[in-house]
Amino acid sequence: MGASQTRPEHNYDDLTDKSGFSQEQIKNLYQRFQQLSGNHEKISRDDLERIPALNNNPIRKQIITAFFDKRNQHQNDVGSLDEIGFEQFLMVMSHFRPVNSTATEEEKVTVRKQKLRFLFNMHDTDNDGIITLDEYRTVVEELLSQSGAIETEVARSIADAAMLEVASTNVPHMAPDDFYEGITFEHFEQILKGIEMESRMSIRFLDMNTATMRCGKLSS
Amino acid sequence: MNLVFIRQAGTLLFICMILILLHGSRGEIPSKPIAATILPSVKPNDGVQTYAEDQKNNLPVFTMNYPRIQIPFEITLWVLLASFAKIGFHVYHKITIWVPESCLLISIGLIVGAIMHSVHEEPPAVLTSNVFFLYMLPLIVLESGYFMPTRPFFENIGTVFWFAVVGTLWNSIGIGISLFAICQIPAFGVQDINLQENLLFSAIISAVDPVAVLNVFEDVSVNEQLYIVVFGECLFNDAVTVVLYNMFSFVAEMPVVEPVDVFIGVARFFIVGLGGMAFGILFGFVAAFTTRFTSKVREIEPLFVFMYSYLAYLVAELFAISSIMAIITCALTMKYYVEENVSQRSCTTIRHVIKMLASISETLIFFFLGVVTITTDHEWNWGYILFTLLFAFVWRGLGILVLTQIINPFRTIPFNMKDQFGLAYGGLRGAVSFALAFTLPDTIGRKQLFVTATIAVILFTVFLQGISIRPLIEFINVRRTNRNLETINVEIHCRLMEHTMAGIEDLCGQWSRFYWKDKFMKFNNRILRKILIRDSRAESSIVALYKKLELQNAMEILDTASGDISAAPSIVSLSEEKKSSSKLQKKFLAADLRNIHDILSKNMYKIRERTVAYRGKHALPNDSQTREILIRRHATIRRSLRPRSCQSSNVPRTHKYFSLPDGKSLESRFDAARWHYTDDHETLSEVAYPSQRSRFGKPARSSSSKAMIPLHRLGTLEEVPSTDVLNEESSSTGEGVFRTNSSYSDSRVPRPRRLNSSFDDNNSSVDDLRNVHEEDGAEQVGQRQPSSPAPGWVAEPRETTARNPLLRRPQWNPKKK
Repeated sequence: MGASQTRPEHNYDDLTDKSGFSQEQIKNLYQRFQQLSGNHEKISRDDLERIPALNNNPIRKQIITAFFDKRNQHQNDVGSLDEIGFEQFLMVMSHFRPVNSTATEEEKVTVRKQKLRFLFNMHDTDNDGIITLDEYRTVVEELLSQSGAIETEVARSIADAAMLEVASTNVPHMAPDDFYEGITFEHFEQILKGIEMESRMSIRFLDMNTATMRCGKLSS
Repeated sequence: MNLVFIRQAGTLLFICMILILLHGSRGEIPSKPIAATILPSVKPNDGVQTYAEDQKNNLPVFTMNYPRIQIPFEITLWVLLASFAKIGFHVYHKITIWVPESCLLISIGLIVGAIMHSVHEEPPAVLTSNVFFLYMLPLIVLESGYFMPTRPFFENIGTVFWFAVVGTLWNSIGIGISLFAICQIPAFGVQDINLQENLLFSAIISAVDPVAVLNVFEDVSVNEQLYIVVFGECLFNDAVTVVLYNMFSFVAEMPVVEPVDVFIGVARFFIVGLGGMAFGILFGFVAAFTTRFTSKVREIEPLFVFMYSYLAYLVAELFAISSIMAIITCALTMKYYVEENVSQRSCTTIRHVIKMLASISETLIFFFLGVVTITTDHEWNWGYILFTLLFAFVWRGLGILVLTQIINPFRTIPFNMKDQFGLAYGGLRGAVSFALAFTLPDTIGRKQLFVTATIAVILFTVFLQGISIRPLIEFINVRRTNRNLETINVEIHCRLMEHTMAGIEDLCGQWSRFYWKDKFMKFNNRILRKILIRDSRAESSIVALYKKLELQNAMEILDTASGDISAAPSIVSLSEEKKSSSKLQKKFLAADLRNIHDILSKNMYKIRERTVAYRGKHALPNDSQTREILIRRHATIRRSLRPRSCQSSNVPRTHKYFSLPDGKSLESRFDAARWHYTDDHETLSEVAYPSQRSRFGKPARSSSSKAMIPLHRLGTLEEVPSTDVLNEESSSTGEGVFRTNSSYSDSRVPRPRRLNSSFDDNNSSVDDLRNVHEEDGAEQVGQRQPSSPAPGWVAEPRETTARNPLLRRPQWNPKKK
């Protein structure tokens, strides 16, 4: 538990308010952060890319990018960072906090929106608020990339079909010269309306967990 | 007409049923006046019969030896009767929605029982302890184990076991002790029931069996956490209950229980449970390993599944450890490997047979429950029975409340009050309770009271709770998970989320659940699969198999198709075809979507297993669809070949088709998707709008466009049928828009081809293309509507144009922004 010494307590209070994590959770995450960064203040892309467990994740690139995306920092800022500090790390993580059981309907809606936004941002790499067909295709191709059986052609046609689906559900009547530029966030919300995000996009951040305890041992 | 016929058939079935029943029961009367039950009746009858035959020495021209076949004969009749009853319920679909099937079965049983009672006929005592434990229970349990949705189960395994083990213990001990307290009150006159017997009884009635509830949950699609906990609980608490039952029925015969016995009992409890699991895993692996070598003897493949799981059950029984545990774990273990080893037909067979046996077995139990309720002598004790009901209800509720409080902090998504209500109220008692009570040893003094009380509890819960749970669940609006993935986008994003979550977990070092899962998957892939699966390389590629088979199919079809070409479909029949196809449309929409889902789920890299669609105990698995794709695929190819044949006169592109099926097999499945984009731009532009082609056409895409052409044609047809289905969606404004579009569509060159293709499409089972169609159908309908009197092809150009604007630009100038 060397982490708590390097990081003064009051900082955690600050972060608790911002991210909604508990002190313990922040402590754990901080240890993890340090482990990833090699005890540096900042974490870089390479650090994350080195995580072995992430190697066989097909959308590894998108996930890592999401961490360096300013849009995921709960500030109205765009662009991407080269390195992130612990606070930013935490803010990204906070997207995956499970909803409080006491949360009101409104809060739930907000949380859902947040989670959706995170997904949306993963698609929308160029930051224009619209998922274009190309962007969508890239993601689908990546998703399918791990199974060699599927060619890119198929992946593409899936993406195309999906895109068409979005277009037709959201803009049922298009003028002849219209075209569907891409999925806006509203449309994105619309197509994922039916699915439950809470359970699918939440991690139970442990207050105390064996993995970090082991890390603690290593670092001490 | 149809409806009337169905109704008639329904009544007919009912009559048949009763006739059969009467026949069955009457049939017994002459042959066995002495015997009360089937089983003991055999011998005396046999003697009588042979004696009678001895008298005539000459060769009998006509003989009847009923006793010889009596037992199997009557069993068959009973099974048949129960099955007829099941058919009967499903004639009116609405009945089974509002009244659970178990209720109906019990009701039928009651009626049959009443009839038998009136003719003073005893029910066959088929349901002895041995028959139940050795033949009926394993079937029921095997089914639940085999069709357990694996992923949610392992995600919630802690909670499931918590409720199944601790919850059942809680219930049986709680109910047992409070009933014992009731027994101390002299007013009820049940002071002779001691603590052990009370515990035994409470163990019996704490086995929940929420089949009816699961069906309801499935229908209203409650959240999967709740569903799986109820599912798992009912499965594993059978095991716990049977262990407790055996323990207590042993203890109940002991005059004095010493404290040591309690500890021994607890130790035994664990040995029994874990031992069962060990046997199950062992036999599961052996079964998987065996099926590795069955590729040459396909016809007996399914047998191994049944034999090994039954063997596991019997061996566990031999050592008096939990045989239910054994068969469940056996089924769970082998399922994954076996299904990959055996052929698809065997797989279907396995699933069907398991479903069938379980459903028969359960139907029979419920049926007998009804019969027995009427025909046995009851010992009715108001106090005891009412308090049993009360305690069963209260302890269930309390147990859920307390146990949830304990487990909630360990769950990602805690159960809220509504979920808890669902859990508590879902505690129906069912077949297992009844069978256990009915097979109580006769040494229990108050056996009849116990049977009566159990039946009362079952009837009460099944009827009252079973019927009211659907409205209640809907009323309190339990959190739901939409399990029917309806769109491709949803499927993609579910995948995306899963991967994201796994990635984030890796990143934040929370290796609780997924960490172990990951470890297991690695171990599984590196070692287990190599040992247990014949073709272990075919991991994510059921697709690869499809391709292979499809290649064969394509070859066959090519052979036949070349002969077919001459028999081009006549345009005359087009209009009829259209009609029929509009009907077809609705049916296949879902199926097509599922095709895409299927590919997505099969081929996306799997971190976790995909959620299996839940299925009711009596519904056959949806999975069969994946197997059927092959067949459908077949149809697709045929379709893609057909249009070519007709239209080849127009554009000599025949060779393309031939190149299509094998290499592009997968694509052919996605033709719908593709042609929307590519066709509109490329193929269409090539064929119909040559001038535009230069504008839109990209050389890079041309290769795919070849493959597309036939598909495109196919696709077009669909819109025609889709008119009827979808026009509700279309708005009047849409029509206007599309009209203008139609003017934009110029050449009629593709017309003849379209006609033909539409014909074909309707002809062959229409399927794949629909996925995308429904959506863009929405746009296209409008346009087509006005022109609906005109033949389908008139509408077409419009659709294409309608589609065009949608996609054109993103595809060609994606960077436009």
